[in-house]
Amino acid sequence: MPEMTPTSYYGQPVLKEPVWTPEIGVYLFTGGLAGASAMLAAAARAQGNHALARRALFTAFAGVSVSPVLLIKDLGVPRRFYNMLRVFKPTSPMSVGSWILSAAGTAVGAATACEVLGILPRVRRAAEVGGALLGAPLATYTAVLLSDTAVPAWHEARQELPFVFAGSSLASAGAAACLLTPTRDAAMARTLTVAGAALELAAAETLQRRLPSDVAEPYETGGPGRFGRAAKLLTAGGALGVAVGGRRRAVASLGGLAVLAGAMCERWSVFTAGSASALDPRYTVGPQRRRMAERGHRSGR
Amino acid sequence: MSTLPTIVSHDVDVAAHEPDGTPRRMGFFTDTSICIGCKACEVACKEWNHVPEDGLRFTGKSYDNTEALGANTWRHVAFIEQTRPLPMAGAQGGDGFRWLMSSDVCKHCSNAACLDVCPTGALTRTEFGTVFVQPDVCNGCGYCVPACPFGVIDRREEDGRAWKCTLCYHRQRVDMEPACAQACPTKSIQYGPVDQLLRLADERVQTLHRRGVSQARLYGRDRDDGVGGFGAFFLLLDEPEVYGLPPDPVVTTRHLGEMWGAAAAAALTMVAGVAAAFLRDR
Repeated sequence: MPEMTPTSYYGQPVLKEPVWTPEIGVYLFTGGLAGASAMLAAAARAQGNHALARRALFTAFAGVSVSPVLLIKDLGVPRRFYNMLRVFKPTSPMSVGSWILSAAGTAVGAATACEVLGILPRVRRAAEVGGALLGAPLATYTAVLLSDTAVPAWHEARQELPFVFAGSSLASAGAAACLLTPTRDAAMARTLTVAGAALELAAAETLQRRLPSDVAEPYETGGPGRFGRAAKLLTAGGALGVAVGGRRRAVASLGGLAVLAGAMCERWSVFTAGSASALDPRYTVGPQRRRMAERGHRSGR
Repeated sequence: MSTLPTIVSHDVDVAAHEPDGTPRRMGFFTDTSICIGCKACEVACKEWNHVPEDGLRFTGKSYDNTEALGANTWRHVAFIEQTRPLPMAGAQGGDGFRWLMSSDVCKHCSNAACLDVCPTGALTRTEFGTVFVQPDVCNGCGYCVPACPFGVIDRREEDGRAWKCTLCYHRQRVDMEPACAQACPTKSIQYGPVDQLLRLADERVQTLHRRGVSQARLYGRDRDDGVGGFGAFFLLLDEPEVYGLPPDPVVTTRHLGEMWGAAAAAALTMVAGVAAAFLRDR
């Protein structure tokens, strides 16, 4: 099959550019941070490491508090935000995510209130476990949110994106805890930072290698490419710092900050790659033509 | 000139209900081979549906100053200038130039991605098998916008909600034809029950092939395509992408199981990661 430059209508996009505002790109980060921090909080509590548990819980609470604000700000009609809980639709990751975030927010909020007021330890424990169970879904559903669109860079990356987000979330939760926790209590946070960073980097690398060049191109060029490369550097460098010198306060703090920045850059790269992918008709038509050629199917039978 | 085809078919029923009152699946067959680019469809749609102005600008793209479907453009006439002779048998002379014109519209997919991903239920399937946005429910989340494989639906700046062709739902309910179809002077836009339109389209493409227009092809006719067939399908004279249409659209939710499966696997990987850290650093 000879490679041809796909034709287009005056070079115009076939798809519409996603209309989501930058708040959604930031939410991909805050939601993941909150979800993984809720998991870390429960694990630390189970170890009796209350210093770490408390800080991870507060981080989760900050994440679930900021997230709805970001999401509602993006809406075209913000005062109708409650329509998100009007139905439950598995075909709509945004519907599923609204329920996950609402439930996780309630659990983490309740646990935080009990922790701060020093009351109802059983309720706190139950709420912490609930928050932890919802943590992983909260951190990974956003990958489905992006994949469940016609945008080639997102849809074709549907196998890897959840793992990129999972790794990035774990790394950011570990990093935030490294930053906030005395180093003697932060061993588990350090492990999580390094493990999450490794998963994120491996998944992102797999994504770019597996996808055909015209689908992966938006991840590698322009603004999204720069943020992607920054994410790799910050995540790898920060995780290395935490792994090697994480018992020293300054190194733990710097490494933690770098990994947090890397996680944000990773989400921003993925978020903005969607626009680049939607706006160029070559990215839409080329892969579809290849698919048709593979099927041996000629249009206009 | 005697070889010009008889174009207008009068045997399509525009009533959206059976005689016993049962609603039918209604749609459009847009035969671009007889579109004259008058844009009466665009104007009629705007006037009837009170669609706001979509920009007063000169694009330089032939006679097309509307450019694409969007929140404020529910019919869009594309103009393509090609240095390619008219393919019709018996056509003589000319300067080797042809003009393609096509009135684009929402495809009202059998499996509609916009509807599937809508988190509020604002997008619904009507009793006529069409896809309709309820403006009193839509909260402007914008998810339908990148979900549509045709780039049809968009968020309207002025009020923040998503808008697109309704197939003139309120006219259908009283068995009237949509405004664009009624205004079309050449019957390039035909409206009726989808099963009848499919038969008509098949006949039309055969007629054109017999007359030597070998490039004529139906777009969106196949009920087994990526979106389960269009409710509004087309007869085109070139590849779909020439008109700005995707050649092989697929409803994104076709891979929904795979996507949720990957997310579940990733979520379990997170649990495993936290568990491993828990065991390592106890």
